[in-house]
Amino acid sequence: MIKELEEMLKELEEKKQNQEAFKIKRKQIIEEYKSKLTPYHRVQLARHEKRPKAKDFIENIVSEPMFFHGDKLFSDDRSIVGGVGYLGHVPITFIGTNKGKTLEENVEYNFGMPKPEGYRKALRLMKQAEKFNRPIITFIDTPGAYPGIDAEERGQGEAIAINILEMSRLEVPIISVFTGEGGSGGALALSVANKIIMMENSIFSILSPEGFATILWKDGTLYEKATEVMKLTAKDLYDYKIADRVIEEDISFSMKGFQENFARLKEEIIKELESLRKKSPARLVKERQNKYRKIGGGY
Amino acid sequence: MEENIRDGRPIISIIKKLRRFKKDFKRMNAPEGLFERCNGCGDLVPKNKIGERFYTCPECDYHFNISSGDRMNMLLDEYKVINRTYKFINPIDFPGYKAKYKENRKKSGLREGILTVEGYLNGIKLVAVALDNRFFMGSMGSYIGEEITRAFEYAGKRDLPILIFSTSGGARMQEGIFSLMQMAKTSIAVERYGETKNLYISCMTNPTTGGVTASFASLGDIMLAEPGALIGFAGARVIKETIKGELPEDFQRAEFLKEKGFLDEIVHRKDMKEYIYKLLKLHGYRSCKG
Repeated sequence: MIKELEEMLKELEEKKQNQEAFKIKRKQIIEEYKSKLTPYHRVQLARHEKRPKAKDFIENIVSEPMFFHGDKLFSDDRSIVGGVGYLGHVPITFIGTNKGKTLEENVEYNFGMPKPEGYRKALRLMKQAEKFNRPIITFIDTPGAYPGIDAEERGQGEAIAINILEMSRLEVPIISVFTGEGGSGGALALSVANKIIMMENSIFSILSPEGFATILWKDGTLYEKATEVMKLTAKDLYDYKIADRVIEEDISFSMKGFQENFARLKEEIIKELESLRKKSPARLVKERQNKYRKIGGGY
Repeated sequence: MEENIRDGRPIISIIKKLRRFKKDFKRMNAPEGLFERCNGCGDLVPKNKIGERFYTCPECDYHFNISSGDRMNMLLDEYKVINRTYKFINPIDFPGYKAKYKENRKKSGLREGILTVEGYLNGIKLVAVALDNRFFMGSMGSYIGEEITRAFEYAGKRDLPILIFSTSGGARMQEGIFSLMQMAKTSIAVERYGETKNLYISCMTNPTTGGVTASFASLGDIMLAEPGALIGFAGARVIKETIKGELPEDFQRAEFLKEKGFLDEIVHRKDMKEYIYKLLKLHGYRSCKG
């Protein structure tokens, strides 16, 4: 169905009719399809190769971005992009987990799966942000932390745990934006935030649907069934009060078509940031920690 | 907060203690010929010998899995259970979770995969927590996340050291995103406990993986493990599939982790009590008895 929608939108764009008619028709098609989207379709959209990646989100939302590299311990993990820039007039630090759009890019970015040095790079930049009193915005799009020998050797579990703990006590506002796929501890390690904003077609889950099906039913091919029971859509997360905001999306498979989504997201981040920046450092930490303290506490 | 302490139903707990004692007594006095297969060397070893050696193999020192109750009995002079009431919650309405939960209870005789106690180790008062992998492989769902968090809060409030023995298959899949969030909740509990400047000793036992490795279990002031324990984040099968190759022989074993710099020490189970006692003493905790 997603393929079908992609084709229709592409056809429409190629017709080159007048702008008004195009917009109305596009809205119509998107609305029609939206009502039919299952969680499985959402997963497909979240992972779609043509969907803007974290770096695209950063470049469309942050002005004058400067990208920094390395964890100053071991190496530079290309699956993590991070640096500084402006949001409106406010200097901020941004961190993103980056996927590629082509196979070559994906190999370069390790399919958006960070190794320990990636999490440590992110933490280094976040501590730098705290020192200079800059808010932190993270952009999450990752299948999860990389499962490999080298990652285990360098303490993947430790790196994630340390990030979670350290993020919880940073004395600056933290906003996490789920742009696509938010998988497992690898996503959590960069999203311990004051506010979690999810794009309408992003997901956040305990594990990839494939991994989930493998563990529970010993059959990874049952991933479609897994998506039906995992409760991983932005709406589910909002209903569970884990996501604070969901940004409505015009479904699009091109950067141009995504512009309005970027604008809506930017507006929301600026709004959230404005209210967070009024809070004292101690209050920011307390509110952030208390938010997680309450989750799953009905015993 | 006395209401935190689940001290009701004394008769039931006495009966349970008697039963456990009877069971232990039987095991210790099993006639020669009652053997157990060692997972380490593959030998058949007399059960009573294993029992005498803190459930380790007399031939190869393999550390058998032990229950959370045995763990406490082995380490502590006396203790009281402080787990709160148990309740089944199905946070994402996962189909079949309740039935599976009941099945695990029946099979393991446990109500959940965690035991939290306040007790004494050579007279030093502390909070001790042990996960139990007979229940849902010790996987961390909301209940375990909440109990770990409360254990840190309980210890912090009373200025007590805390000791956690973890063994876990990771996050409990059936609770979806709520399980994942327990990683954040428990790690934040460690952070807040840390503010009280009390000592958290984390001991990883076989196996400790996934979301437990990537949260509270990796955040101890002192990081210990039992010999041979499997410790890692990603599962060996997943890694094999990803890299499409074989794994080094001692991969993800305690010895491997120590070599790579992630453990302070590997401690044999027979030495555990003394080792922890020395640590507690050095950090200024004193015996409250005699």
